[in-house]
Amino acid sequence: MVAHARADHPDEACGLIAGPEGTGEPKRHVPMINAARSTTFYEFDAEEWKQVYDQMWDNDEEVVVAYHSHTHTEAHPSRSDIAIASELGLPGAHYVLVTTQDPAIAEVRSFRISGGEVAEEPIEVHGAPEAVQSYKFAHTPDSTVYDCS
Amino acid sequence: MSIEVRVPTILRTHTGGQKLVTGEGENLAALFDSLDAQHSGIKARIVTEEGALHRFVNVYINDEDVRFIGGLEAKLSDGDSITILPAVAGGM
Repeated sequence: MVAHARADHPDEACGLIAGPEGTGEPKRHVPMINAARSTTFYEFDAEEWKQVYDQMWDNDEEVVVAYHSHTHTEAHPSRSDIAIASELGLPGAHYVLVTTQDPAIAEVRSFRISGGEVAEEPIEVHGAPEAVQSYKFAHTPDSTVYDCS
Repeated sequence: MSIEVRVPTILRTHTGGQKLVTGEGENLAALFDSLDAQHSGIKARIVTEEGALHRFVNVYINDEDVRFIGGLEAKLSDGDSITILPAVAGGM
């Protein structure tokens, strides 16, 4: 997610992580096209979203994480992020925000959004804490470490 | 005429949890009326009071985004598959 956000900077990046329905386990990372191609707005490309959804439907998957980046502001849902997710959103999803405003440090935060309410939730790192640490500190605009898995 | 409709998670509160429902109609507007008769309240989540599609909902007939093929007036044929998806979007 961070690598994708860096690659698309200064535009906002967006995507999802799908997982088996009902498990809440994020298994399959799908970077999406930002149809808005904007530094301040994002929207899943409607045609691509349909293709990805068809695959998820066939695999009995759901969206576990829906992420996007902010390129000039903090990693917190904006007013329109909240309004749109509340009107017709992804009720089971963790809404993850990545900010690329600082070229050296990527801040990643996770939220639940429902009915206009936002609740931040902690992110726990499992499996490769050292990789994540090196990722966090080794990350610069011209050198990206992808070993965070 | 029977049209299959894939219901997104957020609207399954209207369908008793069903992912796949069926309805009928010559066009999309009529289909949503038929769906609303069985699944009360679902139409208002998709169609505005003024009778247009909500800005942040995507509706597809088979693989076609209906915004490019007539919106609610888009014609339906027996065996068409409708997918309703939330638009995933936001801004700074």
